[in-house]
Amino acid sequence: MAGWTSRGHRLGIAAFAAGLAVLPALLPNEYYLTVLIVAGFHTILTLGLNLLMGYAGQISLGHAAFYGIAAYTTGILTARFHWPVPAGIAAGLALVLLVSAGIAVPTLRLKGHYLAMGTLGFGIIVYIVLNEATDLTGGPSGLTGIPKLGLAGVTIASDLHVYYVVWGAAFLLFLLAQNLVRSRLGRALRAIHTSETAAAVLGVDTERYKIGVFILSAVYAGVAGALYAHYVTFVSPGSFGFHASVQFVTMVVLGGMGSLWGAVAGAVFLTALPEVLRAIEDYDILLYGGLLILCMMFLPGGLAEGAERLARGVRVLAAGGTPAASGRTR
Amino acid sequence: MAPAFLHGEGITLHFGGVTALHDVSFAVERGNLFTIIGPNGAGKTSLFNVITGLYRMDTGDIHLEGRRISHFPPHAVARVGIVRTFQNLELFANMTALENVLTGGHLLTRYGALDWCFRSGRFRREEAALRAKAEAALAFVGLSAQQDVPAGALPFGSARLLEIARALCAEPKVLLLDEPAAGLNLRETAVLGDIIRRIVERGITAVMVDHDMDLVMRISDRVLVLNYGEVIATGTPAEVQRNPAVIAAYLGEE
Repeated sequence: MAGWTSRGHRLGIAAFAAGLAVLPALLPNEYYLTVLIVAGFHTILTLGLNLLMGYAGQISLGHAAFYGIAAYTTGILTARFHWPVPAGIAAGLALVLLVSAGIAVPTLRLKGHYLAMGTLGFGIIVYIVLNEATDLTGGPSGLTGIPKLGLAGVTIASDLHVYYVVWGAAFLLFLLAQNLVRSRLGRALRAIHTSETAAAVLGVDTERYKIGVFILSAVYAGVAGALYAHYVTFVSPGSFGFHASVQFVTMVVLGGMGSLWGAVAGAVFLTALPEVLRAIEDYDILLYGGLLILCMMFLPGGLAEGAERLARGVRVLAAGGTPAASGRTR
Repeated sequence: MAPAFLHGEGITLHFGGVTALHDVSFAVERGNLFTIIGPNGAGKTSLFNVITGLYRMDTGDIHLEGRRISHFPPHAVARVGIVRTFQNLELFANMTALENVLTGGHLLTRYGALDWCFRSGRFRREEAALRAKAEAALAFVGLSAQQDVPAGALPFGSARLLEIARALCAEPKVLLLDEPAAGLNLRETAVLGDIIRRIVERGITAVMVDHDMDLVMRISDRVLVLNYGEVIATGTPAEVQRNPAVIAAYLGEE
């Protein structure tokens, strides 16, 4: 990634945008569109989580909770209190911002893996609250009657339109993350990942950066959660538990830590995979675990590294050489 | 007499019952190369850690240009212009040599959130200026050819020089060098001595900790000797070499 010229970078982004625009026209039926929309939610969340884990090296085992807080907040406000959808979404994001700051400030001041522990506990607490606060959340059976996405009286009902809204948001958040990592901030986050001490003595306020990236990644999860609630119009605690948090971590690792393209690839791949493997649905947690182990063993850089290796191989073959020969000439 | 450029008074640091530094005072003149020597465990690196805010001293004060900087957190110490290298290399192994040096210039860019969000003209100008400075710092230590090599893949001698380039890119007023010659061979040490002298000639005040007596005596302006956390001598290299207390600390009393 680092070696990319800005021309190659712009080409990649243009190709991504064009691909997103034409993809729906190439799909054989509506079912694929639904899968892609869900992949869009996961992509948004994974982009944020990759900034936190892949770049800054801070592990969160509770990001599904932020996904859930935003989904439930906008769901409750719009379904029960008849708030307009944009106001509900804004309130959901505001709450995520507050809650994530409340967790980040005490846990990220400490060095080490307190964030992983803190977020693990936090995720479990949120899951329990969603189940037990029945009057507000509907409890284990969920919250129904959430309105579809809409703005100023116009409802975005068709899946095709939702697709463009969700992937439009994902694309903008992808650009934001790209510009962040290609700046002083991105270098500081990667520096914190390897040596907090060295980053600090060079003038990086490590505490502030860690808190900032945690809140940003939580807000990414919140955007995904709010859009999710207004797409499926029904939320239940099962979507926001520990299992979901682990699934998001898997998407980051499988896609490639520290690669935003990898975040997109990991989210889309792991959203589509269970659809392909419907027959073994009850065992998908085993599959995720197995994939994570295989990935760590053979492809520590994730799908992003795999694609880079493949591209290098193709270039070598196109140049008429064999990979081994090119290895020797370098 | 005017106060020194960088000075510390009465610095004491305890780790539980162990006294790492006891009533240590020092005064570094602007533009000097000031070297701290002493047997292993004398407290040299602890003193660096106190100055850079990584350790919190129990008593004492540190001033830079008359400004009190005691108990500043590490990033604030960098902000006033004191930057260091590490005895055990602390490079960002996952980043290229150039990216390491660019990170050294973290405080040199001033662009805000809107600038990086939209890659504004200001963002591009400041990043381009920073890149030019980083490339100059790499060239200064002779690592231009390795700029795209991941720092983790550099040989040891080059990694040491990269740490110096990274610190230089911060444009420090004071550069702290923690055992820069450790693990280097004779030829590499000679090159390093040359680089350190050229840094001082550029007007940067340098404070160095090292064990290589030939290097220390050849290039230092002033030398401070620590033993068991206390200052036992300060002076020019020649004065320190003749000091009986120093000879006793290094060779054992007769």
